[in-house]
Amino acid sequence: MSVQAWTFVMVGLTFSLYLWLAFRARVRDTEGFWVADRGVPAPLNGMATAADWMSAASFLSMAGTISLLGYAGGVYLMGWTGGFVLLALLLAPYLRKFGHFTVPDFVGDRFESNGARIVALCCALFISFTYVAGQMRGVGIVFARFLEVDVDVGVAAGMALVFVYATLGGMKGITWTQIAQYWVLIVAYVVPVVAISLQLTGNALPQLGMGGNVAATGVPLLATLEQIHRDLGFPSYTEPFTGSWDRVNVLCTTLALMVGTAGLPHVIVRFYTVKNVQAARWSGFWALLFIALLYLTAPATAAFARYYVFDGLHGKTAEELPGWYHTWAKTNLLVWLDDGDGRLEYHGPQQQAANELFRIGGLPSDELARVRSAHDAWLASGGRDGVDGRVVLTAKKLSGPDADILVLATPEMAQLAAWIIALVAAGGLAAALSTASGLLLVISSSIAHDFYFRILRPSASEAQRLRVSRWAIGGAVIVAGVFGVFPPGFVAETVAFAFGLAASSFFPVLVLGIFSARIGTVPAIAGMLAGILFTGGYIIGTVYFGMSRWCFGIGPQGIGAIGMLVHFAVALGLQPFCAGPSAVAQAMVARMREPDS
Amino acid sequence: MHVPAAADFRRAADARYWRAAVRLTVALLVVWAALGLGCGVWFADWLNGFSLGGFPLGFWFAQQGAIVGFVVLILVYALAMQRLDRRHRRELGR
Repeated sequence: MSVQAWTFVMVGLTFSLYLWLAFRARVRDTEGFWVADRGVPAPLNGMATAADWMSAASFLSMAGTISLLGYAGGVYLMGWTGGFVLLALLLAPYLRKFGHFTVPDFVGDRFESNGARIVALCCALFISFTYVAGQMRGVGIVFARFLEVDVDVGVAAGMALVFVYATLGGMKGITWTQIAQYWVLIVAYVVPVVAISLQLTGNALPQLGMGGNVAATGVPLLATLEQIHRDLGFPSYTEPFTGSWDRVNVLCTTLALMVGTAGLPHVIVRFYTVKNVQAARWSGFWALLFIALLYLTAPATAAFARYYVFDGLHGKTAEELPGWYHTWAKTNLLVWLDDGDGRLEYHGPQQQAANELFRIGGLPSDELARVRSAHDAWLASGGRDGVDGRVVLTAKKLSGPDADILVLATPEMAQLAAWIIALVAAGGLAAALSTASGLLLVISSSIAHDFYFRILRPSASEAQRLRVSRWAIGGAVIVAGVFGVFPPGFVAETVAFAFGLAASSFFPVLVLGIFSARIGTVPAIAGMLAGILFTGGYIIGTVYFGMSRWCFGIGPQGIGAIGMLVHFAVALGLQPFCAGPSAVAQAMVARMREPDS
Repeated sequence: MHVPAAADFRRAADARYWRAAVRLTVALLVVWAALGLGCGVWFADWLNGFSLGGFPLGFWFAQQGAIVGFVVLILVYALAMQRLDRRHRRELGR
């Protein structure tokens, strides 16, 4: 059976499973719709949280990014797992004890202000929409590459599926499908890497294989990579602090991602669905354990892919290039512009002039075609005519292969069976759909619960609230789908913004609300606004308006860490001069700290 | 009816519980920072001078060790808090 036939089978089977689970879990009240009746056992909630958290980006792009970055890729690994320690120790048990439905709920009630509630609500909406656009796009891309349908058709299919199970089952339906999606995605991620590790290093555990020897040569894999990197002009794979990733930027970016992770609303709400405080603590543990299975495998995938890219491509003629090269060259995620000797050469920044391997990046395909024909003319005329395309693409910072292909291409690189390649497609879809559904739930709860019920019409009946909830989630699915079909060009930059915002707004205000009984309304709102304005201003300024990186040279990805400090400093600085919380709020804090009263 | 002695005892027990919980949290967060930001980032270049089964040590911390450590930290937290909860419940005679 062909890869495509297998993919249809795998995707068909997994989609039917999700729909069946959603139908079994349909709900009749808002408690079920928003927090799955608060009855999800801790290990299962851990799986659901893991699937919720691991997005299309974690599944498809992360290993590829690490492969291109080497040591600095650890920023994502440590940032996106380390945040769960903060979440499990500082937030999850207390927010569960507080026992409402959403994050803006906590902010509004603890600080006794609808103003604070609205600020939190806007942050939740912004973070979730930024994120969900990328997920829907991810669904479309997987469909397009594996089933050879249009990206838009893929987005529509994903939308229809999420629409059915989210409106039918709310959080309950989402929880059960996320649990199934976790297993689909983790099996799809780990199985190919184990097979590759066996083939390349003879070790079945990729985490050990990565530190082992290349079976064919007997030389350690990492030492081989170091040697290749040195010979071809790349910065070291294992040494820290190369290029723009200096010590301060690695530190701040790691911290910003950690703190941002802990402040993401769609992850936090998962902890509202368990039975009690103790279950919330344990599901923090289970969640990170299940996440670690993927995150400990990703660096191995990265190192193996790095090896295969050099081994398969560098110095090869068109006839010698492997099958996977031709598959991906069609998508322009790999672009080869030869210097005339008929051999592909892949070089790093220190030997930039010799590099012949590029990617399309954000370039329109007709522009790439023009670069290519000018390059061909340049080659044919011996430099008298046309333009050297390598210089053009280097100037546009499009050197090297696209990070997105590496996870999808590694099974092909290692020539694994067709059904394994199909499994990876189903896994990518599971990762994108599970995250999208969690985000859509946050969007609709912000609108239906925080805005409609808590601010607009507190007298709404249970039936009315459930109806508005279903409308809101249905509407959110459609908006997310539109974002998927017409992706706003700024998605990549806004992900840094989403993390920065979560780090500088949600995390500090939640920690202060729980651990300080003296912080009142004014310092809390001032802190949130200061954090958001500082972080937002810095990111927008440096990315769009050419502002210098005046804050210790920190890039937009890492500034959330400083934004968090600004938030804490403003809130704690104002606290002695402002009114403290009322007796009601203080009693609330005291109750939250007591595990079972 | 108001029983001051019982209420005071309750308040003192709650305060003890909270202090112990905060102490535990701070201790674990210090380890968290030392592991992730310390071994994984700040001292990574120095640690790379050592090796662990084929890995330069700093690189291993950044891509493997820190993550394993984070999982263990949450496990320790959940177990220690469970003990703390139990002690607190005994103190209150529940």
